[in-house]
Amino acid sequence: MEEKLGNHQEPITEPRIVSAEPIPLNELNERAKRCRRSIVDMVHKAGAGHPGGSLSAIDLLVGLYSTQMSVSPDDANNGDRDRFVMSKGHASPAVYSILHEMGFLSQSDLDGFRTMGSVCQGHVDMKWTNGVDFSAGSLGMGLSFGLGCAFAARLNEQEFHTWVMIGDGETQEGQIWEAFMAASYHDIQNLHVIVDRNRIQNDDFVDVQMEIGDIANKINSFGWSVKEIDGHNMEHVVDALSWAANTPGPNAIVAHTVKGKGVSFMEDNPSFHGKAPTDEELSQALEELA
Amino acid sequence: MSAPSTGGASRDGYGAALLEIAHDSRVVVLEADLGKSTKSCFFREKYPERTISLGIAEQNMMLVAAGLASCGKVPFASTFAIFSERAFEQVRNGIARPGLTVHICGSHGGIHTGTDGSSAQSIEDLALYRTIPGMTVMHPCDDLSARHLTTALLNHDSPSYTRTARNKTPRMYDEDTVNSLEIGKGSILRSGSNVAIIANGVMVHKAMKAAEDLSTRGIDATVVDMHTLKPLDTELLDRLATECSGIVTVEDHSVIAGLGSAVAEHLSQTNPTKIKMLGVQDRFGESGGSEELLEMVGLTSEAIIAASESLV
Repeated sequence: MEEKLGNHQEPITEPRIVSAEPIPLNELNERAKRCRRSIVDMVHKAGAGHPGGSLSAIDLLVGLYSTQMSVSPDDANNGDRDRFVMSKGHASPAVYSILHEMGFLSQSDLDGFRTMGSVCQGHVDMKWTNGVDFSAGSLGMGLSFGLGCAFAARLNEQEFHTWVMIGDGETQEGQIWEAFMAASYHDIQNLHVIVDRNRIQNDDFVDVQMEIGDIANKINSFGWSVKEIDGHNMEHVVDALSWAANTPGPNAIVAHTVKGKGVSFMEDNPSFHGKAPTDEELSQALEELA
Repeated sequence: MSAPSTGGASRDGYGAALLEIAHDSRVVVLEADLGKSTKSCFFREKYPERTISLGIAEQNMMLVAAGLASCGKVPFASTFAIFSERAFEQVRNGIARPGLTVHICGSHGGIHTGTDGSSAQSIEDLALYRTIPGMTVMHPCDDLSARHLTTALLNHDSPSYTRTARNKTPRMYDEDTVNSLEIGKGSILRSGSNVAIIANGVMVHKAMKAAEDLSTRGIDATVVDMHTLKPLDTELLDRLATECSGIVTVEDHSVIAGLGSAVAEHLSQTNPTKIKMLGVQDRFGESGGSEELLEMVGLTSEAIIAASESLV
C-alpha cells in the first residue's frame, strides 16, 4: 500500500500499551475516559467537528481495539491485519483518539485535527492516515466496503476479521440494506457490524427525521445474527465483541448508546452532533471527564 | 490501417478480455444482474468463484469493488453505462478519492443503444467520469480494441471507466494492428493535412467513411480514434492543431463535456483552433434503430463531411 498523504507533526514517542493479557475492565474504562478527553479537546482546538457521535461510539471502539483488533503501528499495512471500517466517518475524533492510544498517532497529530496537511482529516481517510482502512464522509458506503474486504479475505483464504461501525441515522441510506442483503446471501464470514444506536442524527432525533424502528429485528430479517447491548457497559461491549468474533455468518451488534455520553450538556443533545464546545464548555467537559 | 471488417460489438471485446486476464488470480468480476448484457457472463461461466453477483444494486457493487481493491484484488465491475451513473458519488467518494484501482465498464452507452429508448441511452457518462480526479476514461470503437484496452487495464494503476456499445460496428483494427493501441494515446487511422476528424466509439467508422468521401472531393483528412478521453493525448492534439486547418470532433454523447469539450479545453489554451463539435445536442433520445437515431441527432458521415468542408 502506498505512503499516506497526512504529515505527522513529529515522531510518535508516547508509550503505548501492548498487552498479551486480557485488560481489566477498569483499565478499559480509564482508556475510554482518556479518549473522551481527547475527543472534546480535539474538536475544541479545531473549532469544528462532531463530538456527539464520537462520545457515543468511543466505549465500543476502546473495547474493539483493546480486545479484538489485530493491528500494529509498526506494520500498519500488513495484509493479514483486521480491518476497521468507520462508516460514520464524521466521528473521526473517536477513531483518532483510539489510534492515539494504540500508537498510530501522536498528541501533536491530534492537535492538528482538521488543519491543512494534517494526518487527522475532518472525516477519516485511508489515503491520509495510518491505521485507517476506509475513506468515509459520505454515509451509507462503509458496510459495502467492509463486505468487499470480507470477500477478499475469502478469496485469498485469509483469516482476518472486518469490523464495520455504522450510525443509526445512516441506516436510512438504501445502500446499507443492499449490503446487508448481499452479505447474508453470499454467506460471508468474519464480517461484523456495530450499530451506534444513539438516536440522534444531524438535524434532530432519528425518530423525528425518519424513524428506523426495531433496527435489530430488521437486520436479523436480512439474515444476520444480531445481539443488542448497552454500548456504554464495557463488560457487555467486550462480551458482545467476543460473541461476534466467534459466531459464524455475518453478525451485528446493536449498541444502545447516548449521544455525547460523558459530558452532561452534550448528552442526548442534538445540537452537539456537529458543534465544537466553547472555552467554558471545554473546561466543564474536562472537569466532568477528570 | 486495416480495412473495416465485420466484428462484434465493443461489449464482446470486454467479455473476451476478462477471459484473457483471468489467469491473474487478483482479477474479480462484479455483476449487477446484467452479466449477459455486459458480457461478463463468459467469465462467470468459467470462474464462478471469482464472480460476485450483487443483484440490482449498483451502489453496493461499487463499494464492494473498492473494498476488494483495498485488499489487493483487481475488480472489474460492470453494468449499463446509465446505471453506473446511479452510483456516481460512490465512484467519486468510495473509489477515486482514496485512489483505489477499480475498473468500471458501462455497456450500452450512447444513443446507438437503440430500441430500449432514452432511459437506457447514456449520453453523459463520459462527461461525468472525466470530472473525477485520477480517473482514466475510455470509449473504444470496436470489439478488438475494447478487448486490447481492457486487457491493458490489468497493469493500469488507477481507477478507470470504460464505455462499451451494445451494437456491432465495423472493425477498425485487426488482430495485429490492435496491438499498437495504448491507453492514453490517440490512434491515427488515416493521415491527411487538411482537416482532422477526432472520433470515438461507434462514430469512428463513420469518421473513416466521411474521410474516404472527402478524399474524392480533394480534401485530405486525418482520422483519430481517440479511445481514451482521459488522460487525453494532448501531444497529438497540439500536432494536429498545427498541421490541419481545423478539427471536427464526433461522439455519440452529449456535446456538453464530452470528447469535443475535452479537445477544446486543451487546444483553447495551447493552439486555438477552429473546432466543429458533432454529438448529441443537449437532448434525450427515444426508441428506434441505431442508425435512425444517429441520423435523428445529426451523427452521420454526411454531417462529418459538411463540418469538415466548412473548416477547409
